[in-house]
Amino acid sequence: MVSTVLFFIFAGFAIACGISLVYHRNPLYSAISLVGVFLSLSCIYITLAAPFIAAVQVLIYAGAIMVLVVFVIMLLNLDDDRPRKSLTYLYGIGGGLGLALLANAFFVYYAVSRVPNHEVNTDETVGRTLSIGQSMYTEYLLPVEIVGVMLLMAIIGGVVLARRLSQPQLELVVDEELDIRNEKEEKDDFRVSF
Amino acid sequence: MESVLKTAFPFVVYAVAILLAFQGVLMIVAYTVLAERKVLGWMQGRIGPNRVGPWGVLQPFADLLKFIFKEDLVPDKSTKFVYFLAPLIALTCALMPIVVYPFGPRLSDPLGWLVPYVANWPTIGPAINWVALQALNMPLTVAHIDVGVLFVLGITSVGVYGIALAGWSSNSKYSLMGGLRSSAQMISYELAMGASVLGVVMLAGTLDLNGIIEAQTKSPFKWFIIPQIIGFFVFLISAFAETNRVPFDLPEAETELVAGFHTEYSALKFALFFMAEYVNMFTVSVMCTVLFLGGWYVPGLSRIFEVGSIPYALISHLVFIGKICAFLFLYIWVRGTLPRFRFDQLMNFGWKFLLPVAIGNVILTVVIVYFLNS
Repeated sequence: MVSTVLFFIFAGFAIACGISLVYHRNPLYSAISLVGVFLSLSCIYITLAAPFIAAVQVLIYAGAIMVLVVFVIMLLNLDDDRPRKSLTYLYGIGGGLGLALLANAFFVYYAVSRVPNHEVNTDETVGRTLSIGQSMYTEYLLPVEIVGVMLLMAIIGGVVLARRLSQPQLELVVDEELDIRNEKEEKDDFRVSF
Repeated sequence: MESVLKTAFPFVVYAVAILLAFQGVLMIVAYTVLAERKVLGWMQGRIGPNRVGPWGVLQPFADLLKFIFKEDLVPDKSTKFVYFLAPLIALTCALMPIVVYPFGPRLSDPLGWLVPYVANWPTIGPAINWVALQALNMPLTVAHIDVGVLFVLGITSVGVYGIALAGWSSNSKYSLMGGLRSSAQMISYELAMGASVLGVVMLAGTLDLNGIIEAQTKSPFKWFIIPQIIGFFVFLISAFAETNRVPFDLPEAETELVAGFHTEYSALKFALFFMAEYVNMFTVSVMCTVLFLGGWYVPGLSRIFEVGSIPYALISHLVFIGKICAFLFLYIWVRGTLPRFRFDQLMNFGWKFLLPVAIGNVILTVVIVYFLNS
């Protein structure tokens, strides 16, 4: 009973945040809405007796990835997006994909409703840290390793792309600046003395 | 009567527990501010606040009243909604971890002594008996979460939004620079912090804060500060950076950025940021105590008092608060002693020294735990 009420509260909040994510023209508002979606999803995970997944959802998505996104938006200082006429065909594609997603949701609901009903047991070990760790490093070791290697590739790629030239050291910049100033001052002195 | 009691009981218990925990923490935080001003004054050869009440003990309340009655200025060109949202996010994320703090050991039977006296009373007797049965093995935590460590780390990492958004929405260069610096700093040092906690989690074999304390309760030599001395110092340093305190208080470096991300905030909104900073200090001190200094464990106390009795829990709780206050004093001490880092030094230190050391500590712990277990 309580968990049903909580589910509807958090699911409603997630949907509201999702709509505001798509609706807002300001990218920062969209990013904040996405954080709201992640937080309400993690609350739903807690009601489903999976506290580890909930905590990791907040820690990684809301606390790390979205902070970087907000950071980039703040740095770029983007203006509000205006709708472009040349992209109107996207409305059709988006509508079609939305319908497909809706059909998918109904299919999942139908499939789940045919399965015999059983209560979520909070003492079950499925969502617990130990069982997740054990299955990650025994049964699903290969996918975990592949994902790890892919992330490493992404990091190295990012470093290579971002680092065009060897960056000048801060002290050197200051030194050059000082040299230029000294030269100028010497010239000024020269002019004054003549 | 009985059914009403049974329905209302959990709500009343949670309400009382939340009230006690939040009120207690906020009082300690308020007096941390006063202690900081006093101790800094003594360190600098001044007296510190001494006008409001004897020795200035009522100063926090005077400050609060002043904050409430100040004029609330909102910059004309700020993004209003985000500007109002930012302090709320900062303080909410600072306060939320309070619910998982392990304030003390489990009470085995706190109301058992009351039952014989009231057993013959008509209505209240059975009710108190029932309540006493419910309170058997009562933990001194508001909410018992399996993944307490991750909960605290996750919620505090969401607190970055408060600072970043405050800097962005104020529409001021100083605020934006402060917000950017602060969020960059917090993201960088969060990694080192998380990695330094991993060693403790591996030794304890659990992410539960109470479980981590119980793994250290055999003797003071079992405290994780001994096997995890590297992790302890990495955690302590990144804790200073996470809470934006001296020597890492770059976001509000007065000489360059006025007051950093909260330059444009006044009155109670500024007070919310101020409180959030001090509550975060408290949270980090709690984590340090729990992870490395045995939490509420007092060596030898179980020989004097029975484990789970009320005096045992009370003394353990007071010692827990004492350990936290020692860390809070360390914060003030460092603030009175050390100068500030330069921003590029701070980033280099975090990424090129602290993070590799933390990861090396994790690998070392893995190897040692593996060979000890096999």
